[in-house]
Amino acid sequence: MKEDFKKRTVITPEGKPLEIDPVKDYFSDARPKVHKPANPVIEKFANWARANSLWVLGFGTGCGAIEMRPLMTPRFDAYRYGIQWRPTPRQASVFVISGYLSVKTLKRVVRTYEQMQNPKFVVGLGSCTINGGMYWDSYNTINRLDHYLPVDVYIAGCMPRPESLLHGFEELKKIIKEGRGEGANKYAEEFDWYKANQKKVIKDWDMPDYNW
Amino acid sequence: MDFGFKHILYALLTVFIVLNYGLILQGIVRKIGARVGRRYGIRWYQPYIDIIKNYAKRSTITHGVMFYIAPVFRLTGGIGLLLFMPVIFGSEIFSNFSFAGDLVLVLYFQFFGVLGMALGAAEGGHPYSAIGVSRGLSQVTAFELPLTLGVLAIAMQYQTLNITEIVAAQQGGFLSWTLFTNPFATIAIMFSFLGAMGRSPFDVVLAPQEIPIGPPTEFHSGLLGVLQLNRAIFPAAKLILFMNLLFGGATSWPELVVKTFLIYMWSVFVGTVFPRFRVDQSVRWFLVVPLTIAIIAIILIRF
Repeated sequence: MKEDFKKRTVITPEGKPLEIDPVKDYFSDARPKVHKPANPVIEKFANWARANSLWVLGFGTGCGAIEMRPLMTPRFDAYRYGIQWRPTPRQASVFVISGYLSVKTLKRVVRTYEQMQNPKFVVGLGSCTINGGMYWDSYNTINRLDHYLPVDVYIAGCMPRPESLLHGFEELKKIIKEGRGEGANKYAEEFDWYKANQKKVIKDWDMPDYNW
Repeated sequence: MDFGFKHILYALLTVFIVLNYGLILQGIVRKIGARVGRRYGIRWYQPYIDIIKNYAKRSTITHGVMFYIAPVFRLTGGIGLLLFMPVIFGSEIFSNFSFAGDLVLVLYFQFFGVLGMALGAAEGGHPYSAIGVSRGLSQVTAFELPLTLGVLAIAMQYQTLNITEIVAAQQGGFLSWTLFTNPFATIAIMFSFLGAMGRSPFDVVLAPQEIPIGPPTEFHSGLLGVLQLNRAIFPAAKLILFMNLLFGGATSWPELVVKTFLIYMWSVFVGTVFPRFRVDQSVRWFLVVPLTIAIIAIILIRF
């Protein structure tokens, strides 16, 4: 753990000693809760809205991010399918893991994923998220994304073209409309298993177990 | 002003119509922006889906009391602006709570939401919120100056602080609009209007690419839904205000739709042509060009 995050005593301006625990001060360590779907009729309507308003978090984790740019520009224009960019995890609902995921990025990905609000969906883009792809024996990338985050849709390819990305988003829409996009609840239910997997690869774990 | 139960129903009706108009306007304007960029663009009803989706989010986290109150303040700013001026001139139903000094109150409501947002964003604790709010407050302060001077020029011209009377004075042909009777005040106010709409070149407050989304960075789920409702009502209310002050008001809904749409297009066209100002540039611009014109307007009124 980094020096800055260790528990320490500081002297306040009034001259009194004060115990601080930066990890607890900066983040919450409450476990995620399972949010049960509401009444089926309402949920069906809500799922329709969720499927038609996919706010993608603008976080390119790997080389696949380069394929997400043409999506928004005139050639492919994903806006017409209700897909929009959102720069902050609080408001985004879809997290696209674009390509290989190094362990260093995984730490940021876990924190970002946990800051997103339920329901949230993960799209694994490129072969690297399925089995490691061309990086399968690399010392610093993870091989299977669904060991660390609940993934809804994989888009295979190296690189998948924007057309296949659009197809992947359409698949995600089908999954959401059928009510199968419960990744956030799955993450909450299998929390210990996901955490154990994450801690196995992230060596410098200087954050609480859950940080929203 | 006599006040009865029916006025509450009338007010709710006004808010409902203006909300829907604002949402559709938002969708259409984004579509026009996309077509200018040679894209197909979003569906015109996308703003509705976005709001439903945000309300349908299952979890919310809190940063404290002000974090909850800020969106309410913001929405109060929008609805307050709308409800204290006549939406349709001469209509009993859509005259709302217009009273003798409503012009002053309406100017206050312009600023109200930003202040509430500043408190909420500070409670959210995100550094980008703080940057966004500081930019927002400085820009709002800068364009309020020419706006207030222009509005004062109009108030001096018509010798009243009542928007209904200002609209009444402009009836009888388009040559009696403030646009023609007081062009300097109109120019100053329409330049401030560009800042008030927060579109490019004055969209550095939200700055979607540069500082993620500005003041509402931390707001999510239903809280963001409230902010989105305001984002539909507030611009529509401002359009109606400027239409009342400068372009003779409206005596029917179709007239209102045509006039406000054309006024909105002024900021949209400027926005699609000119790139974004930095905040120091925009403050400097507001304090040089529109302010000079507003001062000329005030001086001309005196003589």
